[in-house]
Amino acid sequence: MKITHEIKENTIIMTLDGELDASSSVLLDEELSDPEIMEYSKILVDCKNLHYISSAGLGVFISHLQRFEDAQIKLIFYNMQDKVRNVFEILGLDLLMTIVSDYEEARSIANE
Amino acid sequence: MNNSIRVNCTKKNLKTIRDFVTEYLHALSLTDILLNQIVLAVDEICANLIIHANHEDPSKYIVLRIMQERENTLKFEISDEGVAFERANYKEPDIQENIRLGKKGGVGIALVNRIMDKVEFRSNGTQNTCLLYKKIK
Repeated sequence: MKITHEIKENTIIMTLDGELDASSSVLLDEELSDPEIMEYSKILVDCKNLHYISSAGLGVFISHLQRFEDAQIKLIFYNMQDKVRNVFEILGLDLLMTIVSDYEEARSIANE
Repeated sequence: MNNSIRVNCTKKNLKTIRDFVTEYLHALSLTDILLNQIVLAVDEICANLIIHANHEDPSKYIVLRIMQERENTLKFEISDEGVAFERANYKEPDIQENIRLGKKGGVGIALVNRIMDKVEFRSNGTQNTCLLYKKIK
């Protein structure tokens, strides 16, 4: 798993590349636990190259969601592959998290 | 074709297991979504065995065997000698509650139960076996 960042004003764009399983999700947890992340009001997660997610990866997002919501930080996923989105859907997480089709839509929802 | 794999209990081996299952299922021409679901269910069980039942002890092993029953059903048999899973103590997670509490774990078995047609846990005192069944046609 490789995680890269791009900062655009009050937005952090996080690109996930690889597979998020019980082994690699530790890295994602460290990234999302970084206090600096709370300085941004929008976190856009590019999932184009996220090829796999297990419950450990989902659990990392689940565990940070409330903290971001309390701080009014928007967390938006985009470019998600169908097979990965399907895993969110099995647990109904697609209804509790914001998953949109592409970067433009993610930007427009972030700016609402 | 080789239908079984034995790995020691380190989290790095989850990728080895997923690659093995993907390779085995390749010949069945499943859809991307179904293939991913099956690989995920096996990965979730193996992750639980490696992390919780065997505490990531590299001197312990798990064995996965894949079989086909009645042409249209896949059977996965995953064995270990760690702490047996007690289904009686299992509770389906409340995802909204997990979000509220910032809880990281506890949704893996829910995924397995929703993906697979039948999930069984057996133990003879020393060896534990998890059996997963999935109809593919």
